Amino acid sequence: MKATTAAFTPEQPMQPQWAEIVDITPEAPGIATYWLRFCERSLRASYRFQPGQFNMLYVPGYGEAAISISSDPEEREQVGHTVRHVGNVTHALGRLKVGDRVGVRGPFGTAWPVELCRGQDVYLVAGGIGLPPLRSLLYYLINHRADFGKITVLYGARTPADLQFVHEYRAWEAAGVEMLVTVDRADATWQGLVGVVPMLFYQIRMDAARSVVLSCGPEIMMRFVVFEALARRVSAERIFLSMERNMKCGRGSCGHCQMGPYFVCKDGPVFSYAQLEPYYRVEEL
Amino acid sequence: MTSLLKPGASVSLSKEALGALLDGLRRMGYQPVGPRVREAAIVYDVLESPDDLPRGYTSEQNAGYYRLIPGDGTNYFDITPGPQSWKQFLFPPVSEILRAQREGKNWQLLPVSQEAPALAFVGVRPCELAAIQVQDRVFLRADWQDPVYRARRERVFLLAVNCLHPGDTCFCASMGTGPQAGNGFDLCLTELEDVFLVEMGSERGCELMASLPYQAVREEQRLRAQQGLEAARQAMGRHVADVEGLPDLLLKHLDARRWQEVAQRCLSCANCTQVCPTCFCWDTREVMALNGKVTHRERVWDSCFNPDYSYVAGGNSRPSTLARYRQWLIHKFATWKYQFGTSGCVGCGRCITWCPARIDITEELAAIRQESEA
Repeated sequence: MKATTAAFTPEQPMQPQWAEIVDITPEAPGIATYWLRFCERSLRASYRFQPGQFNMLYVPGYGEAAISISSDPEEREQVGHTVRHVGNVTHALGRLKVGDRVGVRGPFGTAWPVELCRGQDVYLVAGGIGLPPLRSLLYYLINHRADFGKITVLYGARTPADLQFVHEYRAWEAAGVEMLVTVDRADATWQGLVGVVPMLFYQIRMDAARSVVLSCGPEIMMRFVVFEALARRVSAERIFLSMERNMKCGRGSCGHCQMGPYFVCKDGPVFSYAQLEPYYRVEEL
Repeated sequence: MTSLLKPGASVSLSKEALGALLDGLRRMGYQPVGPRVREAAIVYDVLESPDDLPRGYTSEQNAGYYRLIPGDGTNYFDITPGPQSWKQFLFPPVSEILRAQREGKNWQLLPVSQEAPALAFVGVRPCELAAIQVQDRVFLRADWQDPVYRARRERVFLLAVNCLHPGDTCFCASMGTGPQAGNGFDLCLTELEDVFLVEMGSERGCELMASLPYQAVREEQRLRAQQGLEAARQAMGRHVADVEGLPDLLLKHLDARRWQEVAQRCLSCANCTQVCPTCFCWDTREVMALNGKVTHRERVWDSCFNPDYSYVAGGNSRPSTLARYRQWLIHKFATWKYQFGTSGCVGCGRCITWCPARIDITEELAAIRQESEA
């Protein structure tokens, strides 16, 4: 059999490939990372994705959900998916254990603009469950640290307990990443910043001409991220957002994820703000 | 005489030979399906003989209005389409796309047969032919070759019929899809009072004609067909202005006041999307056997008017009827063009006829244009 880099064929587009859950990492209340390994040996070695892309995960009896890939794109053998248990399928996923199998289709969608970031200052701006798709990129940036300028993570969650990947922050900082973390509501243990994510822009000095801003999080947060980035003269071509919409197919067939002329699943989820600008401010488009 | 039979050429066929034509389709392995009268409407179903066709019938159609009229005419194909479209055969409302069986603690995929019946679509209107070609672009792409659609589409014989009596909600002339079929058919009939003119569009169409008592087309017949089609072009019940300019117009007026006005009338019932021959949106449904051992994954028609359509964890990106109606209209006339290189509307008029709130897309487009010029 010819080696394929994807768990997807255009001829059988809805057919998943089975993968075994090899590990489950709890990240925060209601959030866990599922480490999947394809059952098909050849696919295990040949499967490739780019940071920012997503897979459709299938739980038999429940259905599929679009889940961002949160692991290192250069890591072989297993692929990490960080899931918040909020819907029918993700709750079902939450009841699965190590050794259980799920179906995987993908990878789908556009990736973060790695080439554009080369030699530039990179700002990763995430809110809540928006961090996982950026973590995938962050691994890549760290592994090729010399190829990039300043790397800054601006991240926030509702409370300190909701922060994800906290045990990795020290390693990221040691690798040359500046971490700015905030929470909406502090608790007795919190000694960091309090406030919404866009406010973190007031903690940094950007060189707009050599900066790229990449953001994923609630749409309302991204709206203000765009505002702050534009206010600092970062051009619309250098601001990138990862959008979320209802998705059933992953390749612009089911129609659900439309946003103006785009299918978010295949023209996105990562868009430059220049692409989104005509539609972004239209409510409920 | 055989030299008359080649794609692009036309011959004539007596009306009495229509039964032989259906027999010929059956001999070639196709089950003829076509328009029939059922429950006071035209539906598409199996044709046993030409007597099953709605001979002599016409219909009166308007926004939110449909009545069949049994007439004294003898033509087989004076009727314009009813609520159904050929979409139901190529993109069924429900189809199984995956089956999995539990074996121990794991699941195995079971093969799902996409065996499709070989059907001959009899009486495909030019707008409907165009609609099939629009869905071809959606379902048969390099990056998505839909197995359900492909299995059915590859086995279809298309017998088109040019439109000499457009309905009151028709606007195919505006959309450039009718009243005369362009290409993509196997055979295309033009029904005159006394005879059919038959244009051949494929080798298998020629093959079928070779078994029938065809004759050469007389100049006078050709002329009558031409005049009939020209009259039909003039007799369209509806009209849309400047179709090429619509993508720009609509995307520049996403905040038009008219959207608020139409949202007051729209029931968000999804009728328009269900009768539309190009609407392709689908949802998936997981149907688990009661014993928990087998699960079926089904694909079902969805609609941008359904509440769950744009739901994601944490909210709905189009909660209002305004947003849903706007999505339907801009998709058909604007964004479809960017996505698939063609308009999503073929001008069949079904969405006008079958709207319970009598919303007329041609009127809405004109209103938005007018507002943009004000």
